[in-house]
Formats: sequence, structure tokens, C-alpha cells
Amino acid sequence: MADALLRVRDVRKTFPGVVALDGVQLTVGRGEVHALLGENGAGKSTLLKTLAGAQRADQGTIDFDGRTLSPDDTPIQRQQAGIVTIYQEFNLLPAMSVAENMYIGREPLRNGLIDWQQMFRDAQKIIDDLGLELGPKTQVRKLSVAEQQMVEISKALTMNAQLIIMDEPTAALSGREVDKLHEIIRDLKAKGISIIYVSHKLNEVKAVCDRYTVFRDGKYITSGSVADVTVNDMVRQMVGRDVEFLKKQATGTVGDVVLKIQGVSRAGSVSDPHAVVLRDMSVEVRAGEIVGFAGLVGAGRTELARVIFGADPCDEGIVYVNGNQISPLRSPKQGIDAGIALVPEDRKQQACFLVHSIRQNMTLPSLGRLTKWKYFIDEAAETKLIEEYRQKLRVKMANDQVAIGTLSGGNQQKVILARCMALKPKVLIVDEPTRGIDVGAKAEVHQVLFDMARSGIAVIVISSELPEVMAVSDRIVTFREGQITGSMPAGEATEEKLMSRMAIGVGEHHVHAAE
Amino acid sequence: MANTMVTAKEAGRRGFDFVGFMEKYGVLLFLILLIILFSAYNPRFLSARNITNILTEVSIYGIIGVGMTYVILTGGVDLAVGSLLAFAAMGGAYVVQALGGDFVLSWLVALLISCAIGTAAGYLHGKTVTKFNVPPFIVTLGGMTVWRGMTLIINDGGPISGFDAGYRWWGRGDILGIPVPVLVFMIVALAGYIVLRYTRYGRQVYAVGGNPEAARLSGLNVNYVLASVYVITGFLAGLAGFLLSARLGSAEAVAGMNYELRVIASVVIGGTSLFGGIGGVGGTVIGALLIGVLINGLVMMNVSPYYQQVIIGVIIVLAVAFDTYAKSRRGGRK
Repeated sequence: MADALLRVRDVRKTFPGVVALDGVQLTVGRGEVHALLGENGAGKSTLLKTLAGAQRADQGTIDFDGRTLSPDDTPIQRQQAGIVTIYQEFNLLPAMSVAENMYIGREPLRNGLIDWQQMFRDAQKIIDDLGLELGPKTQVRKLSVAEQQMVEISKALTMNAQLIIMDEPTAALSGREVDKLHEIIRDLKAKGISIIYVSHKLNEVKAVCDRYTVFRDGKYITSGSVADVTVNDMVRQMVGRDVEFLKKQATGTVGDVVLKIQGVSRAGSVSDPHAVVLRDMSVEVRAGEIVGFAGLVGAGRTELARVIFGADPCDEGIVYVNGNQISPLRSPKQGIDAGIALVPEDRKQQACFLVHSIRQNMTLPSLGRLTKWKYFIDEAAETKLIEEYRQKLRVKMANDQVAIGTLSGGNQQKVILARCMALKPKVLIVDEPTRGIDVGAKAEVHQVLFDMARSGIAVIVISSELPEVMAVSDRIVTFREGQITGSMPAGEATEEKLMSRMAIGVGEHHVHAAE
Repeated sequence: MANTMVTAKEAGRRGFDFVGFMEKYGVLLFLILLIILFSAYNPRFLSARNITNILTEVSIYGIIGVGMTYVILTGGVDLAVGSLLAFAAMGGAYVVQALGGDFVLSWLVALLISCAIGTAAGYLHGKTVTKFNVPPFIVTLGGMTVWRGMTLIINDGGPISGFDAGYRWWGRGDILGIPVPVLVFMIVALAGYIVLRYTRYGRQVYAVGGNPEAARLSGLNVNYVLASVYVITGFLAGLAGFLLSARLGSAEAVAGMNYELRVIASVVIGGTSLFGGIGGVGGTVIGALLIGVLINGLVMMNVSPYYQQVIIGVIIVLAVAFDTYAKSRRGGRK
């Protein structure tokens, strides 16, 4: 493309133990809407951060608007160059007005003071140009999610953006709002502004994008014109595979139903527009069985798990363990008492006490069984328990007094798994068991899950990585937009089949086409 | 094991870990340094009489410091302790006075009433923090003026005195030469240490302060733990109030003025992190001694009380600055 606005070449970025970007390329033309596609972990976010100046690439070049950008640019320098990123979590100050947000840090001045009239006039002009109905003096917190997004776009225009990067722009929008956004995108395009559009919603990509690029496992796969391919072609290019996981062997010891969930529903929340609505979810998990929950972020997998565990409330629905109704659960304590253990999604925020010792981390919920004289900790019994699980899970640690925060991600996860195993649960729910840990440790974590299942525990594994779900599960349940869309034996599952039940906008006929 | 080797290698390369050493023993070293300095300047500093004096003074707010350690470990703070001390003491003394002043076991009545008032007020603080989600800073800031006001209301601002010898023994008596308040402080500190270090509840206090969400998902009753630390501190403020009134021979409306500052300073100088989750009672005892020695020594050096305030303030800020610095270094691989 001769008239390219952005040309990314051979960009490489590694994190300890992980190659996030392995020599990727991306070319975006002027006035082009370009879709960046890939599964979670494909490297999209890393590239976006590199473009925005939030991260420094290890190597590679970024040419923009006819010149090569310095890899040391700060986010502000990139904005001044004309690259503006709109993240999924908006960067707005809720208590300030629309105009103040648009011009923050760049307020028009007169005699050294903010020229409010000028600011409101300029803001109004940009809002009018976009055909929006926003008051520049309105407080941002009073706006809907869609309107806040419009403020972000308006803000980008005040910076004379030539390239606007939108990360999952429609994640929280309703159908009509999506149409409105697409209208504005076409408008921007007509003005000669280029857009990088990152979305899992492939029908939207078809509707609004000109070209697309696919990343997979940190590598560039392909790019082309959206008009030339079908949604299923894009799915196939996204999931094509070369990472292999150890497959779970069918144990043949699958027993009775341990966990039974019936009709779990939850309405949205007024206070939190990002809250996921759950619609009539029912699942059964048997003893010794590993059931995988597959779905995109926000599809309701994690949300359902948290309801089962008692971490979040639900409006309706019954949960049984071994035939006894345990719902409604009001706290994780009740979930644990009922025999459910959860390894949460975000290890550092929700599971680890980072500055505390491995000892404190591993035994905290089990201390009730490790006491003497009722209130005192039986440290000898505690040491024995820690040693047992250290060996079982092969945790690499100098001693149990070391802070868990100093361990590698894989070892941290093993400590958290040990914490759950020590509770001797009937049901184990593991959310993103191997996020951010290296390949070797992944296999070890999977082995732990297999061992747990073999001992007769009902296991649920939630993962955004389809190959992982397919490798560890006996059966896979798919989620889409707060609904369960199917359940199939792992042996019959292919990534295309699963994707067609997870992705939004892959219509019914596509499902049949894929099957 | 790979991890062990790396740690050993890093330690070898860095040599002596100065920050780590200072984090552990810095305050103790500073305390010893101060004692040497003050005694060199004025030999009377190390007289038995002066040492007794310092220790008794330290004990009163040190007792509250043990409770405050728990509060700060959960990531909270209790600004009401000084006022609560006065209110509890005044309440106890008021009942004793109403019952005739000097009667057998009048001290027991005062002790029970003071501790009951402190416990009840602490319960109120804790419930307000957990039930209505008001930040501890605000709840106890309110408590600070409420309890001071109540103290003034009880006896119209005047002191209550005229306690009998049995009552005053708790402030001025001794057992084998050790002042009674010091003995009480030793018992409270020891108990506070044991609970924190050896019981399930102690682990839960650390957990709630270290990561409240992880604590909740680990099945802890976070609100129970949070509320309990204010109850403990309230109880101890009541106990300290009783001891102070026994020592002074009267319950005074201005008792415990600015104690919250001294107590919080003891805890923070003692290495308990204001971010919660790190620290302990041992450090608080050293911190309380440091402040006691500093105040007493400055008086003996004839430094004006105005300067004392400046010096103590600066030391508190430096202690927290160091804590933050050490924390950022610890956080190297989070």
C-alpha cells in the first residue's frame, strides 16, 4: 500500500517467560477502518500498548505519517503525533464536564487563565460536527456508557488524531448504540481519519471494517480485505493452532452428579453498567468430571462461577451439592462450607496475599481444622499440611516463610491450588488456571487438575484459551452474552464449533455451516 | 532449587542489605542512641526514678498502642482513642463518686465501667465502619469530638477526684518495684503479641489488611474482623483511662488530649504499615518507648515543648517515608 498511514514492521516484545509479540506487522491506510483480530493472548493488547507509547517494543519499527517513531515515545508524544487510543476502560474524569474532559491538560488559555467560553465553544463545534447530542457542560458521570464513549471520540478529535485505536468499543453498547458508533466511524473515515478496530464481534467487523489483520500466539498470521472473506474464514484464521497441551485421559470413573445448577438468573445493575446479565443458566457436573466453561470475556462464565461460590448474589436459581440445596449463598464462607472451592480469575488481586508468607497464604481457609485449644494454630499440623502439598504439587520454594509475591506465577498458582485442595472440596472451580504462567508450569497445573478429578472431585475449568479448555475438559459448556449456548463432549469439540457458539454475530446458519 | 539459588546469588552480589537491616532494627538502634545521648547530657536521665517515670507514662498510651496495631494492620486508623480514654475514665469515676466515693472495691467498679464504656464505643466505631461503609478515618474523627464532648457533659467540664488508696494503687502502686501500669502494659502487650502471632484470629487480621478481597474469597468474615479491632482498641482505651485516672488521682476532661497522635506514632514508628497487613506488637512497644524517651529526654534537656512537637512530627513523617520506600523495594517482583 503506497499511501499507508501506519506501517508496523517486525515488532517484537517479550515479557519474562513469554514472547508476547513475535515479529508482527500491521499496515493501515489513510481513511481506512482496520480490524485487528485474534484470540485472547494473541498479542493485540500488547501491540496497542506499544502503539500508544505505554510500552516499549524490544525491536521493530513503527512508521507513522511518513516518519519513523522513536520507540521511547511517551503516550503524550504519541498523542501529539496523532495516535489516540480509546481503551475499554475509559480515561474520563466522571466529576468533570464533557468539555473539560475533552481538553484536559490542553485547555485554551487567555492571559494564563482557562478561557472557558472558548473551551465550551470549541467543544460544541466538535460535538456538532459529529452530529452528537451532548451538552459540553454536562458532568460525564451523568452520561451513559455509549455517550461516554462519544466523549472519548470527541476528545480524540481535539487532539487532531489521525489514527484512533478502539479496543472493544462495543463491549458495553446496545444494538442501537453500536449502529450509532458505526455511523460515526464512517464519518471519521470520510474525514480521512484511520481507525484500528479491535473486537471479538465479527459481524461488526464485517459491517464497518475495510481490511483486517489476524494475530495468533503473538505472531502475524494474515491480513486482507474484509469483503473477500466470510466470518467463518476469519474464525478459522484466528484459531488455527500450533500449541499442544497434554490431553486429559478419559478416566472412566465419572460418577454421580455432584454439582447441579438450575436456572441461575441475574438482572443487570443500574449502578454498574458493565455488570453481566445472566439468563437462566443450568449446568451439571459429575464426580471425577472436568467441565470446561468456554466463552468470551463478559459472556457470563466467571460471573456464574462467582454466583455458585457465593461471591456474588443472583436473583434466581438453585444450586445443589450432592443433591442438597445449598443456595441461596450469601458469602464465599457459605460456599466453602458447602464444599465448593474457587481459584479466582485474578491471582494477584483476588487470591494472593502478596506480602505474606507462603505459609499464611496456603493454610488461611483451612485454619479451622488446624487448631489446638480452639483458638491457637497447631503449627506442627500446619507444617505437615504445607509439606504434603509442597511435595504433591512440586512447589519450588526456599521455605514457607518466603513472601508469595517473590514466587513465579506458576508457583503462586500452585500455592493457591494447594490452598483449595487442603479444604478437601467436593467441587473445585478454577478460573483462568494458567493465565500469565509459562508453558512448563501450565502442564503441571493441568496435571494437578487431572489428579483432583481422579480423586472424585467435580471440577470446573474456566479459560479464555480454547486449546486449554479442549485439552483439560471431559465436556465443554459454551457461553455467549450471559447465556449457555451448548454443551458437548470434548472429544467432539473443534475450535470452529466452539467459536461459533461463543462469538457474537456468528448467526445460526454459521453454526450449521461449522458443524 | 532454582529460586533459592537466585536469592543466594542476589544477596551475595548486593552484599549487606542496609535497607532490610534498618527496616528490622533501625528503630531499636535509634532508641539506644537516644538513651546514650540523653544520659550523657544529663546523668539523672538514667536514675531509677526517671526510668520508672518514663515507663509508667509510656504504659498508658502503649496499652492503647497494642489495640491500634490491630486497627492499622487491617488498614484502618482510630483517631478517637484519646477522647475515649477521657470519657471512659470520667464515666468510671462518675459512678464511683455517685456511689459514695471511697468504698471497698471502688476501683473494681471504675475498672469495669471504664472498660465497658470503651468496649461499647469501640463496637459502635466498628459497626459504623462495616455496616455503613464509612471510612475509619471519618468514623473515629467523629468519635474523637463526640467522646470528648460527652466527657465534658458528664461533669460539666470539671474533674472528679477523691479516690481511695485501693483505686490509686492501680496508678501509683508497684509489685516488686515494678509500677502497676507497667505490669498491665506488659501483660497487654504479651497477650496482644500472642494473639496476633499464634491464633487463627491473628492470621485473619493480617489477611484482611493484606488483601480484603482475597480474604473474603478465602471464606473469612471480613466485616467481623474489621469491627473487632475497634472493639479491642476501645476496650484498651477504657483500661488505659482507668489507669491514668488512678495515676493522676482524678478523672479529667482534658485527659488523653492528643494521645491519638502519640499512639499512632508508636505503631507507625514501630514498623506497622499504614497500608495494612504488615507489622506487629513488638515494634509498637519499641515505638512507644522511643516516643516516651524522646519526650522525657527533651524535657530534661530543657527543650521547649514547642520544639518537642516539631521533632515528634518530623520523626513520624520520616518513619512513614521509610516504610513507603521499603515497601516499593519489597514490591520489586509483584
